[in-house]
Amino acid sequence: MSTATALAGSTGAATEVTPVPVGRVYRFEVVKLVSQWRIRLLVLACWVIPGLFVAAVAQQGTLPADTLFGRWMHATGWAGPLVLLGFSGSWALPLLTSVVAGDVFAGEDRLGTWRHLLVAVRSPRRLFAGKALAGGTVLVLLVAGLLASSTVGGLAAVGNRPLVGVDGHLLAPSDAAQGVLLAWACALAPTLALAAIGLLGSVLLGRSPMGLLVPALAAVAMQVAQMLPLPVPLRLALPGYAFVSWNGLFAEPARLDQLLIAVAVSLAWAVVATAAACLLFVRRDFTNGSEDGVQRRALAFGVAPLAGLLALSVAAVAVAEPSTGSGITQAKVEREVSTAFGHLYRLQTEQLHRSAVTEEQLQVSATCDRGDGHVDPQGAGNDWRCVVTWHLPGVTAPGTAVYQLDVAPDGRLMADGDGPKEVNGYFLVQTPSGDAPNPLWQFDGEIGLLAAAPD
Amino acid sequence: MGDAQLAVRARGLTKCFGDVVALDGVGLDLASGRIHGLAGPNGAGKTTLLGLLLGLAVADGGELEVLGRPVGRALAGPRQVAGFVDGPGLYPSLTARKNLAALAALHGRDPRAGRIDEVLAEVGLTDVADDRVRGFSLGMRQRLGLAVALLTEPRLLVLDEPSNGLDPAGKQHVHGALRRLAEDGVTVVLSSHRMDDLEALCSDVTILAAGRVRFSGPLEKLAADSPEVDYRLLTSDPQAALTVAAEVAGVRIVTGAAARRGAGALVVRASAPTVEQLVGTLVHAGVGVREVAPVVPPLEAAFLALTDQQQEGER
Repeated sequence: MSTATALAGSTGAATEVTPVPVGRVYRFEVVKLVSQWRIRLLVLACWVIPGLFVAAVAQQGTLPADTLFGRWMHATGWAGPLVLLGFSGSWALPLLTSVVAGDVFAGEDRLGTWRHLLVAVRSPRRLFAGKALAGGTVLVLLVAGLLASSTVGGLAAVGNRPLVGVDGHLLAPSDAAQGVLLAWACALAPTLALAAIGLLGSVLLGRSPMGLLVPALAAVAMQVAQMLPLPVPLRLALPGYAFVSWNGLFAEPARLDQLLIAVAVSLAWAVVATAAACLLFVRRDFTNGSEDGVQRRALAFGVAPLAGLLALSVAAVAVAEPSTGSGITQAKVEREVSTAFGHLYRLQTEQLHRSAVTEEQLQVSATCDRGDGHVDPQGAGNDWRCVVTWHLPGVTAPGTAVYQLDVAPDGRLMADGDGPKEVNGYFLVQTPSGDAPNPLWQFDGEIGLLAAAPD
Repeated sequence: MGDAQLAVRARGLTKCFGDVVALDGVGLDLASGRIHGLAGPNGAGKTTLLGLLLGLAVADGGELEVLGRPVGRALAGPRQVAGFVDGPGLYPSLTARKNLAALAALHGRDPRAGRIDEVLAEVGLTDVADDRVRGFSLGMRQRLGLAVALLTEPRLLVLDEPSNGLDPAGKQHVHGALRRLAEDGVTVVLSSHRMDDLEALCSDVTILAAGRVRFSGPLEKLAADSPEVDYRLLTSDPQAALTVAAEVAGVRIVTGAAARRGAGALVVRASAPTVEQLVGTLVHAGVGVREVAPVVPPLEAAFLALTDQQQEGER
């Protein structure tokens, strides 16, 4: 018998190896993670600072109107956690995943504890599972802190009041609470995708600081991609879109189709990146301190599977949405603006104690174009202009108002009122109880990018 | 010795890292309940061999049995094998006790049980049990690493350079603990570059060079098999001693770098019986012999000879 076959053939009667259960590895990893001052500080920060931040901002005269729901922070406590979610999707969550997931494996390389751990656990797969679960748990704890703290801060500072949705309709406090919870839950999907990318980078690059930066770099790349005029299938197939798509929860009816696609794509990225990291980890030679071929492995286990997944996701979304356009059409813009205006006009009516009207009575319509009619009216741009028309019961002449629009590639729009002054030309309205923010002066909207979205 | 009494049995064990052959057909029998020393120059394959015993790597070829059972191709070590290579793995943000408690919990033991205090006492770290490992010296880390290994009550303990950084008191603790383990039937395999440690602790020694076994067996056999060793002779008349030594068959006068290690005394290379004969001849010739001692300890000399490093050292 050759020496090689001697080992291969011995598998059946091999020495009894009883690996440590994943549950114990998980607890061991959690103990290690929470013993680090860096993690403790992060947990503390996530559970305290957002509340203070939201409470402080809500009390200020100038609100973060450039962030979705920012302009409503003075009106309801439920706007705070959504503003924080928008901000977190861009910065906080990628950085948190960098610190936690990016360091879960690299930390062992830095401390030189891999061999010790493997001897103790006796199963690289279980070791990987325990570490990945522990990292995920800490991330969920941090995200829960951001949500809980910002909600408490918002409710304490402003109160449990109705929230104005992205299309201007009012959500009762209970619906707002449900929406906030769902929105944060949906944002967990891209966070887990980033965490999995962090695990992959951490396994691949070992103690190199680049491993720590991989999730943050991936997040920046995703954000840049979302700012580009991409075709709809490609935009939705990128995991970063899930950091934006939760906006659709606050429209009526809720735009669940693109939200579900975005969440599914993010979860697929999380699964594929985790599987690649696991495969890479169990193939690692723990006795060879000078492992080479990082670039080859990065290509084979990092770039190739994720590029394959992207191609597959684009193909799948393209089948459902056979469009090469941006998904932003003139009809969708006009519908979004008229819908939001109708909802907000009723809000203004209530503010000013005018006679109540219904949206059916108002019959709001909008006519929009780009670049004074010289530009093809579709796609993102800040040169959109809409003329909104509405009717009041008993009044023959229709009312008109003009808006300048800034439409972002991801479908978010911001309408800036251009008059008349008593409707949308000034940021304050005079109510019987004093001056109040004018809901029609500036408002946000969200255009559904899928063809199924109503035109 | 029957195979049933072997803690480790290897035949034709081979392990390569790319083009580098770390282990080249290693055959080894390590008896149970003894302390085995593993020596060899840097790159000889010691850490790789220890890694295979701990289940950190899989051999490319050959047969390996640990504690009486064949090791399979899956990564991960068998139960009842503990130890460390390249230093112990410890978490600096935890105290010594918490490091042990976390490990105990990982192994499904009650982290509050008295076993933690026992192993801490065994390695002499009771006083610093509640200090964070971040502030520990290398020697303290080594001792805590041994405590971690002891916690699992292994039948085979594999240690890479366990005496690194130990002060005399620490060394006493570690040596004492290892001797007690061997008395209790635990097999200890340890690598070291410190020949005095191996000589003081081990009953058997394996010398590796370039991935191959150059010697494996009891220390006494190594001494008996040893080739000629350099001896330093301090005499009443060095010139006369030199003349006499030159005429004794089997004695070679050492000059050059190796002679300088004799610090002015006469240095000769000979087997132990020949040196005894030389001393008799000197006395008979009226030359007083004040001291006869090996220039390097016998195990080190055997190591240097077996690993072809003696000649290099003399250059």
